[in-house]
Parts: sequence; C-alpha cells; structure tokens
Amino acid sequence: MIALLLRDLKLAFRAGGGFGLGLAFFLIVTVMVPFSVGPQSELLSRIAPGVLWLGALLACLLSLDRLLALDWEDGSLDLLATAPLPLESTVTIKALAHWITTGLPLVLAAPVLGVLLNLPVQGFLWLVISLLLGTPALSVIGTFGAALTVGLKRGGLLMSLLVMPLYVPTLIFGSEVARRGAEGMAVQTPLLLLAGISAASIALLPFASAAVLRVNLR
Amino acid sequence: MTLTVTDLGVARGGIPVLEGLSFALEPGKALILRGPNGIGKTTLLRTVAGLQLPLKGRVEGAEDKIAYAAHSDGLKPTLTVAENLMFWASVFGRNGIEQALDGFDLQTLRDRQAGALSAGQKRRLGLSRMLVTGRPIWIMDEPTVSLDVNSVEMFADAVRSHLGQGGSALIATHIDLGLEADVLDVGPYKAKPPEIDDFDGGFL
Repeated sequence: MIALLLRDLKLAFRAGGGFGLGLAFFLIVTVMVPFSVGPQSELLSRIAPGVLWLGALLACLLSLDRLLALDWEDGSLDLLATAPLPLESTVTIKALAHWITTGLPLVLAAPVLGVLLNLPVQGFLWLVISLLLGTPALSVIGTFGAALTVGLKRGGLLMSLLVMPLYVPTLIFGSEVARRGAEGMAVQTPLLLLAGISAASIALLPFASAAVLRVNLR
Repeated sequence: MTLTVTDLGVARGGIPVLEGLSFALEPGKALILRGPNGIGKTTLLRTVAGLQLPLKGRVEGAEDKIAYAAHSDGLKPTLTVAENLMFWASVFGRNGIEQALDGFDLQTLRDRQAGALSAGQKRRLGLSRMLVTGRPIWIMDEPTVSLDVNSVEMFADAVRSHLGQGGSALIATHIDLGLEADVLDVGPYKAKPPEIDDFDGGFL
C-alpha cells in the first residue's frame, strides 16, 4: 500500500504529473475575484469564505479525471486488480494520494489567498480547519466519480456532473463553518456536520468505488 | 495448485464468444492458446484472471495465484525501469528485482525512464514484471508482440525456468515459442449465436 502511495506521489511530482494544477487554478480564481467584483473591501470580506471554498472545490474537481484514467489507459489498473492488494485499499490510497497532491496544498494556500480577499482575522483559523476537514471528503467522493467513469474516453464532463451533487453537502457545511468563523459566530453545528460527512464518505465510499471499478474493468 | 477450468463460457461486451471450454493446468506445465483474431482468447484470459465473471462454468485454483500480463504493460513513462519493477515487487510483497533485470537483459537500462524505451524494451520490462510477482500461474496475452528473435528466446527461457520451479503458464500466442507445451485451439469452442427467443407476443 505504501508502495502505491509513494508511486502516485512520485508520478504527481514528476514532469506532466499534474501536481500544482489545482493549486494554480485556486490561485487564479481567488486572485481574479477582486478584479471581477470590484475593490469594495467590505463586500470582499463578506464573500471571501464562500469564494475560497468554491475555488478549492473546483480545483479538486479539475484534477479528478486523471485520478484513475491514467492507470486505466496504460493497463496498470488491470494489473492492480489482479495484485494481492484489495481494490478497496487501492482506491483509498488513490484518494489519499489525490488529497496529498491537491487537497493539502489548497489547505495550506488558503490563508495566504484569504488575505487577497480581505478575510477577517478571526476567520483564518476556521477556514483552514474547515478545509482540512472537508477536502478529504472531496477527494474520496471524487475517486468514486472517477471510478464510475473510468472506462470512458473524455469522461470528465460526465464525471463532473455526477460528482457535483455529491459535493454540495460538503460545500454547504464547509463554507458555513468558514463564514460563521469569519463573522465570529458559533461554528459547532456545521463543523460537526462537515466532520460527519467526511467521516462517512471516507468510511463507506471506498467500498462503492471498488465495486463500480470491478464492474467497469469487466 | 492446479488451475481447473470447467465448462467455461465467456462473453465480451455482452455477446457470448466461447463456450464449453474445459482444461486443467498442472504445476510445471504450460498451455498455449491458439485461435483466430476475435475468437475470445483475451476474454478467456481475463476471465481466468478474475477480471470478469464467466457466463457459466467455473475457474478454480486461480485465486491469488495468478500473475497477469495483458496487451499493455502498465508502465509509468516517468518512472525508471528499476522504479517500475520495484513498485510491482512491493505490491506483490516481494523484494529483489535483480533476477528480473538479468532475466530480460535490462541491467543496462535500469536507470532509464520507461518512456524513453523502445517498444520491444518496454515489452521486455512488462514481461520481467512476471518474475517479480512470485505468483505460480502466469497468464499471458500475446507476450511476444514487438519482441525480436533474441528477446523471444529470452522470454522462452524465462518461462522454461518458471515451469522448472513448479510454476505453470497459460499463454495466448501465434508464434512457436519452442516450449514443450500443450496446445489448445479455442476455435471449435466458438459460441453459437443465441437463439432469438425474445419475441414479444404483446405487440400482436
């Protein structure tokens, strides 16, 4: 399992591996928002949590279609399916690698980009916490979407449409935590719901992903 | 560790291609599959490898025993030859790739990126993966595609020594590998077209 994780990380960091794609997209979105909304610092700080969360979500979505498709194209998914590693752990590792190369950089970059959007000082901590709790769910749900569309050429469109509704709860509660944090309100309820969504997706979705992957490999 | 296939029927894309296949593959033996293009050799191998379900019949003794080599080698172009092999070795819980590198004459290429290899060299790397799996039953689909005469000989030697160690091999190929192996022509097992029995009286 460690070998698969290390291989995926190595592949992501080498040339053409796609590391930084999500991060660059996130950067572009948050840098461009002040230009498109206008330089009203009050308005910006009100929409900052939502924009940051939306940017992070779209950045995650952008890198999903490479998650399993590359392994499917070069045949290594077939070989992994016949390896001693159960497919459930294969997809879990894949999701973890995706989170480390996409989700984690977003979490780390978010406070820096928060400055650009005039995020209130008390909101930074909750923004980072909400992203830290929410992005693993985005990766796991995304892996499920990637598994559903793995055999399709250019399956990115279908996958985005399938994954989008599944992302909604995470987005709602994640940005709610960040918003309430920024406005200095109590965050406990949305925070617990966000954590619950993440915990449930991490616990259950790998089984669903492995099951649809088995069907798609046939 | 005998691989037993009983009355197997396989389908590709929902259409039955082969039916009524039975054979047994004992340790130390090799079985060569022959048959025209499109007859269903790949489908049969994928079914035996457990990648798809049989239409009917049973495959026994394959669970966690097989190493499968498909048309594509599953190589990552940005990893080196040694890194590719080491990955598969650790996935199969083994270490030591030297034997595999020696067996397919890859020592001089070990630090080269797999993307910079020629088609034949890639194939050799893909085949050397079988040596690092440590699995007793090799299932190989057209292993000699894009190999030159020397490499085919190298491959045949690898299979021979694998058989000598009590392993077995199920190989679909069109060329003569010079192995002492049974040959199974799957042509006669071609599935008959399904009878059309979905006539819907409700439309009358």
